[in-house]
Amino acid sequence: MQTIHIKINGKDWTGPVEDGETLVDMIRYRLGLTGTKRGCEVGECGACTVLIDGVPNASCMMLAALADGKSITTIEGLTNEDGSLSPIQQAFVDAAAVQCGYCTPGMILSAYALLQHNPHPTREEIKVALSGNMCRCATYEQVMEAVERASDLLAAAVVSKE
Amino acid sequence: MLYSVKELYRPETLEDALRYLAEYPDARPIAGGTDVLVSMRKKKPEDVRLVGLQNLQELRGIRRREDGVVEIGAYNTFTDLANCPIIAESVPMLRTAALAMGGPQIQNAATIGGNVCNGATSADSAPALFARDAVLVLRSAQGERRVPITEFYDGPGRVKRQSGEILVTIELPPCQADSYGDCYIKFSTRKAMDLALIGCAAACGVAKDGTIAQVGIALGVAAPTPIRAAEAEAFLKGKRLTEDMLEQVGELALATAKPRDSWRASKAYREQIIKTLARRAVRAAYEMAGGAL
Ligand SMILES: Cc1cc2nc3c(=O)[nH]c(=O)nc-3n(C[C@H](O)[C@H](O)[C@H](O)COP(=O)(O)OP(=O)(O)OC[C@H]3O[C@@H](n4cnc5c(N)ncnc54)[C@H](O)[C@@H]3O)c2cc1C
Ligand code: FES
Ligand code: FES
Repeated sequence: MQTIHIKINGKDWTGPVEDGETLVDMIRYRLGLTGTKRGCEVGECGACTVLIDGVPNASCMMLAALADGKSITTIEGLTNEDGSLSPIQQAFVDAAAVQCGYCTPGMILSAYALLQHNPHPTREEIKVALSGNMCRCATYEQVMEAVERASDLLAAAVVSKE
Repeated sequence: MLYSVKELYRPETLEDALRYLAEYPDARPIAGGTDVLVSMRKKKPEDVRLVGLQNLQELRGIRRREDGVVEIGAYNTFTDLANCPIIAESVPMLRTAALAMGGPQIQNAATIGGNVCNGATSADSAPALFARDAVLVLRSAQGERRVPITEFYDGPGRVKRQSGEILVTIELPPCQADSYGDCYIKFSTRKAMDLALIGCAAACGVAKDGTIAQVGIALGVAAPTPIRAAEAEAFLKGKRLTEDMLEQVGELALATAKPRDSWRASKAYREQIIKTLARRAVRAAYEMAGGAL
């Protein structure tokens, strides 16, 4: 057992983890944040994607204890305080980019990380950024559209604030 | 997933890590964990000791020394490599390799040190490091050892890492010629999340008169370990590159290789790819160095 300190969706968390426990299990079972999915568990599918210090990582490929001191964002962390959806989540709903939904949290987090540093990505850039996220329902075309919509929504939000 | 880990030790300094490894020679270093965890899944559950390298500042950073040597800390992720201006300027093919490996999530976690120590012939960093005569700096409680990367790979998934050793830095000697160019080509079925069917790197130092002063050509997945195409290199040295010579380069590169049949691709297919990639990589490196065919 080890005691670790992390920031999870902006809040501090201190607690025990097993030495051999994966980050995805810690997030799902200790923190109860089941939006992070467990698929292949060998880094291939991207269902378990979370942001660690802002960048996408496969949480099945990381031991929880090695996340000590990091800031972690899960899909729950993108939702607004009042429970309403963030623009990127709304864009996925509007573009019908969700079939069974298993890949969706990972897809959204990868797309969110992309838009943070590249607000107007090309289709090619979106493909590259999402190349570690598999969708067995093959919603890829709708996902591309969703990310483009999100990019437009975010641009509009910036303009309306100005 | 709960892996059977007896202890995960997280040292703060290289000294502490080496002391622990001296005490428990079977303990496994864990960097990004993208190979370690996959291999622990496949094996029968047995309690292992892991040493986390995350906090060791000695393994971080990428520097260009005054003597021109580029020092790459073992704990640089492929994303770190892709974002580093020193890499982009002095070994651009390593940036190509970094962006061609895995997908974003894997690039953000996987380290170059782990890629080397894992010993796979498909390691995307290997052809570039072989072609540039990289030297590995390993440390143990006994002291420091320097090994050319071409002597480090020992067989499929095996390297000559001695027990208790940690790879600290990878050194790339500077190119001495008037101008330099390089190229890495990863040939795979998919653009992302796929291992190379064949990987080929060429590094070329070209003199002002267009002759090849220095050349390194290396292949991944063309044999049980990454290899140098020494015959093709010897053929090129001191000459100006021509279209006709490229044909010969492909044949000579193939002569050094020992590709095999696997479910990924047949031997015959791989042979064709080796010839083609060697030609293309050498041409691109030569042209990047300012040479004209
Ligand atoms: C989904 C997926 C896709 C992949 N795609 C590719 C790909 O396209 N190309 C490719 O080349 N690889 C690929 N890999 C393999 C793997 O990601 C790489 O080999 C990676 O570079 C390993 O680095 P790591 O930091 O994760 O190593 P780890 O898993 O932490 O370690 C790997 C080995 O090296 C040892 N080690 C690590 N660091 C040191 C050190 N500093 N000193 C001594 N020993 C050390 C460990 O003990 C272990 O034996 C893929 C893996 C996955 C899971
Ligand atoms: S569950 Fe982590 S990548 Fe598939
Ligand atoms: S929507 Fe089913 S896996 Fe993507």
